[in-house]
Amino acid sequence: MSDWMSGGQQISGLSKVEGPIVVVEGTGVVAYDEVVEIIDQNGRIRPGRVLEVGENLAVVEVFSGTAGLSIDGTRIRFLGRSFQIPVAQEMLGRIFNGIGEPIDGGPQPLADRHADINGQPINPTARVYPRDYIQTGISAIDLMNTLVMGQKLPIFSGSGLPQDQLAAQIVRQARIGKAVGEKGRSDDQFAIVFAAMGVKNDVAAFFRKSLTESGALTRVAMFLNLADDPAVERLVTPRVALTLAEYLAFDCGQHVLVVMMDMTNYCEALRQISNIRGEVPSRKGYPGYMYSDLASLYERTGRIKTSTGSITQLPILTMPNDDITHPVPDLTGYITEGQIVLSRSLTQQDVYPPIAVLPSLSRLMKDGIGRGKTRDDHSRVSMQLYAAYARVQDIRSLASVIGEEELSTVDQRYLAFGRAFETEFIQQDAGENRDLETTLSLAWQLLSLLPRTELTRVTEADINRYYQEKR
Amino acid sequence: MNPVVGRVIWINGPVLRARGSRLVTMGEMVELGEQHLVGEVIGLAGDVMTIQVYEETAGMKPGEPVFGTGSPLSVELGPGLLGGIFDGIQRPLPVMEMQKGSFIGRGIRLTPLYHATRWQFTPLAQIGRTVSGGTVLGTVPETQQLVHVVMIPPGVTGKLVWLADYGEYGITDPVARVQTDEGEVTIPMLQRWPVRRPRPVRSRLEKIEPLLTGQRVLDTFFPLVKGGAAAIPGGFGAGKTITQHQIAKWSDAQVVIYIGCGERGNEMTQVLQEFPELVDPRSQRPLMERTVLVANTSNMPVAAREASVYTGVTIAEYYRDMGYHVALMADSTSRWAEAMREISGSLEEMPAEEGYPAYLSSRLAGFYERAGLVENLNGTTGSVSLIGAVSPQGGDFSEPVTQQTKRYVRCFWALDKSLASARHFPSVNWLNSYSEYIDNISNWWQIETGMDWRALRAKAMEILNEESHLDQIVKLVGPDALPDEQRVTLETSRLLREGFLQQNALDDIDTYATPRKQLKMLSLILHFHERAMGVVRRGAVISSIQALAVVNTLIRMKAVISNDQLDKLDEIGIQLDQQMDELEALYR
Repeated sequence: MSDWMSGGQQISGLSKVEGPIVVVEGTGVVAYDEVVEIIDQNGRIRPGRVLEVGENLAVVEVFSGTAGLSIDGTRIRFLGRSFQIPVAQEMLGRIFNGIGEPIDGGPQPLADRHADINGQPINPTARVYPRDYIQTGISAIDLMNTLVMGQKLPIFSGSGLPQDQLAAQIVRQARIGKAVGEKGRSDDQFAIVFAAMGVKNDVAAFFRKSLTESGALTRVAMFLNLADDPAVERLVTPRVALTLAEYLAFDCGQHVLVVMMDMTNYCEALRQISNIRGEVPSRKGYPGYMYSDLASLYERTGRIKTSTGSITQLPILTMPNDDITHPVPDLTGYITEGQIVLSRSLTQQDVYPPIAVLPSLSRLMKDGIGRGKTRDDHSRVSMQLYAAYARVQDIRSLASVIGEEELSTVDQRYLAFGRAFETEFIQQDAGENRDLETTLSLAWQLLSLLPRTELTRVTEADINRYYQEKR
Repeated sequence: MNPVVGRVIWINGPVLRARGSRLVTMGEMVELGEQHLVGEVIGLAGDVMTIQVYEETAGMKPGEPVFGTGSPLSVELGPGLLGGIFDGIQRPLPVMEMQKGSFIGRGIRLTPLYHATRWQFTPLAQIGRTVSGGTVLGTVPETQQLVHVVMIPPGVTGKLVWLADYGEYGITDPVARVQTDEGEVTIPMLQRWPVRRPRPVRSRLEKIEPLLTGQRVLDTFFPLVKGGAAAIPGGFGAGKTITQHQIAKWSDAQVVIYIGCGERGNEMTQVLQEFPELVDPRSQRPLMERTVLVANTSNMPVAAREASVYTGVTIAEYYRDMGYHVALMADSTSRWAEAMREISGSLEEMPAEEGYPAYLSSRLAGFYERAGLVENLNGTTGSVSLIGAVSPQGGDFSEPVTQQTKRYVRCFWALDKSLASARHFPSVNWLNSYSEYIDNISNWWQIETGMDWRALRAKAMEILNEESHLDQIVKLVGPDALPDEQRVTLETSRLLREGFLQQNALDDIDTYATPRKQLKMLSLILHFHERAMGVVRRGAVISSIQALAVVNTLIRMKAVISNDQLDKLDEIGIQLDQQMDELEALYR
């Protein structure tokens, strides 16, 4: 990538400073997307990037903010290359800031090579379709919304919901899945790349503590842009993290789990820059290119033919006002392969993890489960649970009008099923790691609360084998 | 080498401006910089041209040269398209992978079709005859399933003075020479056609034949016709993609064009890996032998996404010109509209609704109007059916793309999130969907199945509509408060929903239903309704009907009885009558 630029020129003085953006005139030849260094009066250097170029003019975003920059006392050095970071295996176990500089007091890692943080789109013909499931030890995910290696599955949360605990639990427990009854395959663990965008100090500390306690910290690389760090930097953080993930997965052949939080903060930063540049907004002031921009992050997931490694993404976002139709969750849902939605009402009933099963979905699940992968009846059992739990919702709204006593006996059994489903199946401890067999037998115990004739999504053979009617 | 027609002066993402020649034309394809990135002129003002670039522009600098090509953005048409996998501007993705590795770099120059392949040409035209655009020159067996018809390209008229003999030729080798008013023209198998211009036809015909998909809710309730246009709107997770895949696999079109426009990489890979393995149910040959895939995933350059839809539909029209029925799936037209919005935004155009450009509607119209059943220039009949997925923001059908699309399609398959949540697939909502083609094809069904499709369909729709009214009451007072006759309606509609509308794409038997199977199943369920009504009117209670063994049989018959054992459905009819008779006997 370095052949396309002739950098090194330095300009004194700015023509305009507006929020995190500066405009420089009198430039020679500057490339679109080139990296710059902004040097203030005191000699302090801030990194930045070219957003737009014209003849003799460049628009530059400054990652660490423009406070302290003056019109005449600032110099800009154009580096003649794109934004690159050093990547290396030894970055695992380390902590970096939002633009990839170490902040844990350790030395700069020895670079294996430098990589452009924008990456390149994977050719769809070079991909391998993800078919291996990941066991998270969480019933509501493993049985109902199975996560597959190479998938991007976001968690849609709301403020005050335990998305941090859930993400930490997934990171701790994630293992490459085995078929039920299959033994002997290695208990492979994942390398974890953690990108925090605008995350509170407490939350970052929680993750660090949780990972340290489980002994996982040595296989984690953290990139932290905290809530009080500059917003523009957030646009770079996930790209830096994903660049390392791509190196680990596709160069080193590791299985990588990327946790990115909070995507809503990322989108806010995107809107802020767009706004300052005076771009035409689309919905709720977010820029029209947000879909493509998010896709350029989320699509850096998957497996390719030339490597044994994989990248699985677990982006986390908070839905403003719990609104799933807000542009951030909405556009995310169109790019990612499903979503795990957290529910406020379950949290209020003290159910953890509060996974709202009905609106949640894993699109890649169908190819990662079944005979030889998990268990033959897996798909049908999950369909049956979905259908039955959807019915429970209808019956509950009916019961709230006519009262439970007026319900038919079948409907009352559905209600009992619904209660048990929430308190026994969805509910589990933050430290509880259920294997898939346990989850499946739990599911059949619950289905056994319903009359046999109601189970139309499973086969007769399944019923004969696993169903034990309880009244 | 193409001439330099200008120099770049301004760059902002996928859009840039250059200053130079005033002879560059609107829509001209240009190449940019030393890497020869591909772009298209989308605006001219004095000596400044605005260019949208089909590749990533990072690293581009003011002062870089712009090379003119003198022609608009075009596709290559000829043998070798089928089985091909292309990006939005028809670059062959498998070749790119072989040459450049797993990631898509920039400035890759490849011909869309592989020019070195030699094809077996059989001449069919007569030397000395007057020929014009569309005239058949000969044939090439493009795949085992499809004969490629080599034609005179539109716009050429004259006397055929030479035709190649039977033998093997490359696609750029001449196969004919035509003496025109302007001199002699050499015709190879390869044609180029500008993607934004529809290929000409002789006339449009009335559409009278359904495009069968094997999906009961579509064929029986909301049918599409060959040459028609349909939209599938649905929020994320509503099952849009799987419905599209099912249609691609099972529709009775001879050629399938699938455009992955701004969609997920893994999903596209699934299509790329699954389609080659799929066997055509009619010919027992791989489905890929009659399929062209255009894949421009969401993270590939946005301008190429905008072009991908046109690339696909131009290829579709080319096969239509040979006399084939072509089905084109575009997943998703919303991503296409968003690409327009994105480019419009970089141009700082005045937006209309929700930031979309004001020309959104006319672009959609231009696309959907390229569907049609036509008489081709050479007298054959062919069709292009367009099926566009729409991804409304927030699942809200009142947003601009859904609303504008509704103006130009006559078949609307509304996908429903709540059905998808209850794992009712295909999640086509029977109350919000519609098809305006019912009149066109009633005759076809009558002739094909000998059954009164229209009446059966109307009856079933009536029951489903009544259910939705009764549901309101049930929500308030519970089902027990309803009279038993209305509860029969509820029971029948449950059978319709679970036994007929729901169809399991993953089940070997259920995945495809022939028109006969569909109608037989439907008439069985409606027969159940009639008998149950009769029995209840005699005084039987609803629970005794619900307890009949045949109820379960009716729900499961879709996955038990295959398309070639339809007489077993008659047996179910006999069981149904027996059980009803027994019940009725109790109330004499």
